Amino acid sequence: MTDIATTALSRRFFLVSSAAVGGGLMLGFGFAKSAGAAGDAEGPIGAQLNNWIIIRPDGTVIVRVARSEMGQGSFTALPMLVCEELDCDFSKVKGEYASATENLDNSFGNMSTGGSRAIRESQEYLRRAGASAREMLLEAAAQKLGVPKSELKVENGVITHTPSGRSVAFGDVAEAAAKLKPPPAAEVKLKDPKDWKLVGKAQARFDIPDKVLGKPVYGIDVRIPGMLYATLVQCPVFGGKLKSFDEAKVKGMPGVRQVVAMPDAVAVLADSYWQAKRALDAMPITWDEGPNAGVDEAAITAMLKEGLAAKEAGLVQKEGDVDAAMPKAAKVVEAEYSAPFLAHATMEPMNCTAHVTADKVEVWAPSQSATATLNAAAETAGVDPKKVEVHITMLGGGFGRRGAFQDFVKQAVFLSKAAGKPVKLLWSREEDMRHDYYRPVSMAKFTMGLDKDGTPTALRTRVSGQSILIAVRPKEVKDGVDKTFCEGLREMPYHFENLLVDYAMRNTPIPVGFWRSVNNSQNGFFKECFIDEVAHATGQDPLEFRRKLLAKSPKNLAVLEAAAKQANWGTPLPQGIFRGIAYHDSYGSLVAEVAEVSVSDKNEIKVHRIVCAVDCGYVVNPDTVVTQIEGAIVYGLTAAFYDKITIKNGRVEQSNFNDYPMLRLRSMPTIEVVQVPSGGFWGGVGEVGLPPVAPAVCNAIFAATGKRVRSLPLRDHGFTA
Amino acid sequence: MVRLNVNGREQQVDVDGDTPLLWVLRDTLGLTGTKYGCGIAQCGACTVHIEGDAVRSCSVSAASVEGQKIVTIEGLSPDGSHPIQKAWLEVEVPQCGYCQIGMIMAAAVLLKEKPKPTDADIDKAITNICRCGTYTRIRQAIHVAATKA
Repeated sequence: MTDIATTALSRRFFLVSSAAVGGGLMLGFGFAKSAGAAGDAEGPIGAQLNNWIIIRPDGTVIVRVARSEMGQGSFTALPMLVCEELDCDFSKVKGEYASATENLDNSFGNMSTGGSRAIRESQEYLRRAGASAREMLLEAAAQKLGVPKSELKVENGVITHTPSGRSVAFGDVAEAAAKLKPPPAAEVKLKDPKDWKLVGKAQARFDIPDKVLGKPVYGIDVRIPGMLYATLVQCPVFGGKLKSFDEAKVKGMPGVRQVVAMPDAVAVLADSYWQAKRALDAMPITWDEGPNAGVDEAAITAMLKEGLAAKEAGLVQKEGDVDAAMPKAAKVVEAEYSAPFLAHATMEPMNCTAHVTADKVEVWAPSQSATATLNAAAETAGVDPKKVEVHITMLGGGFGRRGAFQDFVKQAVFLSKAAGKPVKLLWSREEDMRHDYYRPVSMAKFTMGLDKDGTPTALRTRVSGQSILIAVRPKEVKDGVDKTFCEGLREMPYHFENLLVDYAMRNTPIPVGFWRSVNNSQNGFFKECFIDEVAHATGQDPLEFRRKLLAKSPKNLAVLEAAAKQANWGTPLPQGIFRGIAYHDSYGSLVAEVAEVSVSDKNEIKVHRIVCAVDCGYVVNPDTVVTQIEGAIVYGLTAAFYDKITIKNGRVEQSNFNDYPMLRLRSMPTIEVVQVPSGGFWGGVGEVGLPPVAPAVCNAIFAATGKRVRSLPLRDHGFTA
Repeated sequence: MVRLNVNGREQQVDVDGDTPLLWVLRDTLGLTGTKYGCGIAQCGACTVHIEGDAVRSCSVSAASVEGQKIVTIEGLSPDGSHPIQKAWLEVEVPQCGYCQIGMIMAAAVLLKEKPKPTDADIDKAITNICRCGTYTRIRQAIHVAATKA
């Protein structure tokens, strides 16, 4: 088996030239791929110590990054992990994308960027790669200086022979080191976390300087000589097909070069996006709407509602005996919750540029998974994946839209093949809104039994709704159970002697996909509002009640306490302001939030402050943790206040930011992030701030108004932001 | 043909006069710093300066701005030295960065008109959409720029 921490790819760096990666075409490109290794304007070819690390004679260290940068800071944090063990000078470090083509043998491991995984799933092999390379550099230095390796010290990219004071820089010995046999990754010793110098200390993000200049090349900005601009319209009804279109009506319009029919779409190719768009809008098109033309909200709601009561459901988790315990309860509290479809609405609409030639397929895409992009392009072009080269551009947001589903890539490759030219496909915002892979609809019904002291004795949870995994990774669905659908409701830190969680899968024809925090987004809202209901129904303070539930989970309890302390829970607030609290773990991290909210007599809600306490185990780049939590809170607040995708006649009713609004600056609360990293584990941070925010706000609304919100968005209940 | 003055340079551009300025900037002139987000003046990703005002370039035609002074991010400063850009860097505002150009262009006009903006001024002037949720830092960076300008 290949060891991805220490293996060096033998063949490729001599094949890749900066011209081949489009260096000349892609001025200002965010992160060039492999250009540094082959030599470019900035310097000569460096020595490659393993897949991840190249060191140039001047000491510049190039670290390969296999995860996409979409603003979450991976492009900085992942090199930090490598360099912590390498002990190089971090001011001389540059990141560059690993190649998906070169990863066909898994040299770089998993390249997908989602599930808050970038750090937690690659930290081990990245640190080992750094440590292994350091050992090789030390060995080479020992040989060069003619001294025992044990007498050498390394710091900031300089290796010093302590007894004599002689030293060599990494750049001086990198070439010799690269010729040595790497020590086996498993034998390489990693630093004790208490000795970390880089990890855990704030580092400026590599991607920011260009971003204030407008220089990074996003997918939408790619320009290839001879390229045509394309835009398309897909059948508005999911599952429908293209029936007919009148090309003659638009063929003579300015700039129009070609009209391409696809099974479920029509595209216009022109000399500019606007020319393509204008022609597309003018073209008569008829659709075969297919079997889903009658699907609407009422039918979907009824189907999910039926699932809540259905006799048959897949068993997710069972502890003790709920059926026996429930009738003995002194009090039973029951409630049903629901959450709508949601769009991702990345600021950069879906797009991809493709160039299909006789011997190669080249793709430029804002993609969360270079591997998925490569496979999609190869499949569409009908070529061996080895003949595909993927350039990951800067991403204008991802949030799960640009990973598992590569529809925009397939379309661009299809169009380039049809045109025999490079094609940049860009969707309009309307197309982006109406052809997403939406956050699924779901419902939950909770029944909790409590004894006379308000201590829970049993909890029954039934969830109903559409599975993502059944469409994406059907093998992971067993006995009707999609475990992702139930994340956050199963294996909870809350302790229940008797617990039953089951799932009635109810799939609609609407395409669904991963959306920031996936099912935790609904389940966190359902669970934490219900817990709040039970607390109030039994006369208990919502914080006290959660303390009780977390009594056997000290780490989790500490996070709850940290949020409560920062928010001064229990102390008086200015008149009219009320608190709500929520606790929800996800992606390996522990999170509690407190919201402070006021509600006017016209039902206008103002969120004044959100406190978030988070324990993600080890922290890599502290400020990135803060910004990711802030971002997830805004994403969650937007969903809580405004948004739902609704279906009428088999199609999405919303179209743009006018009818699918976003939270704006004027509605922003103060956000305080309290980091309480306890070490010993690696938790994700990209999504974890989201699940607790809607319930914290809704629980505060209950405290303010006595009105219990059991479905989102809030504007459905007459509340405005 | 339309005569445009972009970043101090007068030029004849071969486009239909009704083409939105955004697409002339991006596709014809190659000034891709200005972004497309919605096409209906909702999100502000396409914000540029026209005669010193912050304008959503997706919703003005090229012909309507003939002869007017248009400034894009590429012309805001040659090297990122505009106080707003410096503050944006200092506070590390951008996440994905896609909306940030529009934010910077809008904030630059605010700062010119109100050198010491209050939070209420910022609420009123910055109506662009950021999906990554950088609003807190945008507010902070505008205050930083106001302090240092």
